[in-house]
Amino acid sequence: MAEFEPILTARWGDPEAPGIDRYLATGGYQGLKRALGMSPPDVIEEVKSSGLRGRGGAGFPTGLKWSFAPQDTGKPVYVVSNFDESEPGTFSNRELIERDPHQFVEGLIIASYAVRCRTAFVYCRGEFVWPATVLARAVAEAYERGYLGPKVAGSDYALDVVLHRGAGAYICGEETALLESLEGKRGQPRLRPPFPAVEGLYASPTVINNVETLSNVPHILARGAEWYASIGTEKSTGPAIYSISGKVARPGNYEAPMGTTARELIEGRAGGIAGGRRIKAWTPGGSSTPLLTADHLDTPMDFDSVSAAGSLLGTKAMIVLDDTDCVVDTARRFTGFYAHESCGKCTNCREGTWWASRILGRIESGLGRPEDIDLVDQVASNMLFRSFCALADGAASPVNSSIKFFRDEYEEHVRLGRCPLGKGGVGAAPASSAEARVRKDPDDEPRATVSVTEVLE
Amino acid sequence: MTTGPDVAGPILDGDARELAETIVRRYPDGRSALMPLLYLVQSRVGWVPQQGLREVAEILGLTTAEVEAVASFYTMLKLRPCGRYVLSVCTNPSCSLLGGRRLFERAREVLGASAEHGVTDDGLLTLEEEECMAACDKAPVAALNYVYFDRVTEEGLEAMIDGVRRGEVPEAARGGVPGDLRAVSRVLAGLGAQAEEAGAGG
Repeated sequence: MAEFEPILTARWGDPEAPGIDRYLATGGYQGLKRALGMSPPDVIEEVKSSGLRGRGGAGFPTGLKWSFAPQDTGKPVYVVSNFDESEPGTFSNRELIERDPHQFVEGLIIASYAVRCRTAFVYCRGEFVWPATVLARAVAEAYERGYLGPKVAGSDYALDVVLHRGAGAYICGEETALLESLEGKRGQPRLRPPFPAVEGLYASPTVINNVETLSNVPHILARGAEWYASIGTEKSTGPAIYSISGKVARPGNYEAPMGTTARELIEGRAGGIAGGRRIKAWTPGGSSTPLLTADHLDTPMDFDSVSAAGSLLGTKAMIVLDDTDCVVDTARRFTGFYAHESCGKCTNCREGTWWASRILGRIESGLGRPEDIDLVDQVASNMLFRSFCALADGAASPVNSSIKFFRDEYEEHVRLGRCPLGKGGVGAAPASSAEARVRKDPDDEPRATVSVTEVLE
Repeated sequence: MTTGPDVAGPILDGDARELAETIVRRYPDGRSALMPLLYLVQSRVGWVPQQGLREVAEILGLTTAEVEAVASFYTMLKLRPCGRYVLSVCTNPSCSLLGGRRLFERAREVLGASAEHGVTDDGLLTLEEEECMAACDKAPVAALNYVYFDRVTEEGLEAMIDGVRRGEVPEAARGGVPGDLRAVSRVLAGLGAQAEEAGAGG
């Protein structure tokens, strides 16, 4: 295979890249020009045959998603881009916008043209004060140069883009919660069906795409579906940006063809484990995807291979732990995150994340009982597939997978009455106060934890 | 019935009322303006008092309870008096593996436990333990009013706090000097840009 040339990150080394002049000088808006010369259904066909799958976690074929938006309902069709990047370990969308915002804006315009949308929205994560500022400037430039507004690139196609800021809620990255939030409501997921393609924003047909997904689209139009499909694997085409963090020598976003092995990414691109330690565990796609171990490093990082290895590609966010890190403490902290971010709508998620977090805190602080390991495993399993959205499924991942691969480490915590790696609740809170809190709290009596599992069953 | 902290109104009068109307017109359905309008209130007061909820409800034709139900869902809308600068420290694993937890504990020592979910006596700082801020390659990450600082050390964190106290807010990794919460809330309402607005004070 010829050496891979970066596509999505090609302009990242250029400090002038966020400006429209540099974007235009380096081939920008050529994909849009080609798209505008095609009929909208032909643009959808082109994206379908490229094999592009959504980069936001689920991997749904993008062209197919666009084709699901009905054109005959008498209601407007909306495109909403999800820039609420919040999955722990994931930071590709932020950098895509900070370093090359027009690539995304062009993709957004092409998607909107393909589904005949007249008003597109970008839901920006609230904390992205600076990235959203970069994006707002790019949108303003696109208006000034006629790539947005009443005559997109001199055509008869009209499009407006509205930037909308979130306000600090992970759940709003879930597409139906995002729509609720954009409608001025609490960010609580909707029951499906109806799916957003048919009844989304303002009960109108709505296409929701992630920032990285749309950043691929200009290249597909500019260079053709066949070229795009030649990159990556047969069922996971194109380039991907892998966010690698934790105990690696060079954390960062790395672009590589879909299907590049985890070993090449972690040991090659990110420089391996810092300080000569050994890799212990890693997430393939953020905290919501089951942990994998050193034994899985030869897994190709594409949708199907990671699924076959027992996890999920998710957002391609690889958080790497070395042999000095405590898996129980990490699972506890992830679970605390889900307990905080559960919207509270579904009982199993609201209660399950909270109780799992408590039990893991007890084990990590050295007060765990032997039966707590199976108890928390069961609490997590009881959250699976019982909610309106996938948050609870994601919350179960770090718990179930860490017990599956590292049960010894859990048992060691219980046997020793402390963290064998000396973390001892660093992360649970300061070691001493965490312990004090656990000991004082009457809710932590075994009776209470048993009753909640009975309820969950 | 309203029970939360309050101030006397009106908050959205004159120019602010016109800005509110502009925000409402951005959307096909005015209710979508609810969050940006609450940010507009926050840009005027520095937080969102009950009076702000009442005024936003009146503008959108909703009940105050409907507005409060939404506002209380989102952590960036401050329903209680808040520091001029929100110091966020990420303790999610990507940051914790590299010292984020120690950093948060250090911030709590320096600012006092009351600054967490509260505000320091000088009214300057509110401390928040933050979830993943999507900058894990720069771990551990901290932020002032959601403008990020990379690879923060304990000394760096103390310098951030000192800077705020001396009125010399340090420059962030990207995006210039963070504005105060009123200025940043204005950006969040879609009415300006970080850096250009920095220090404008709302």
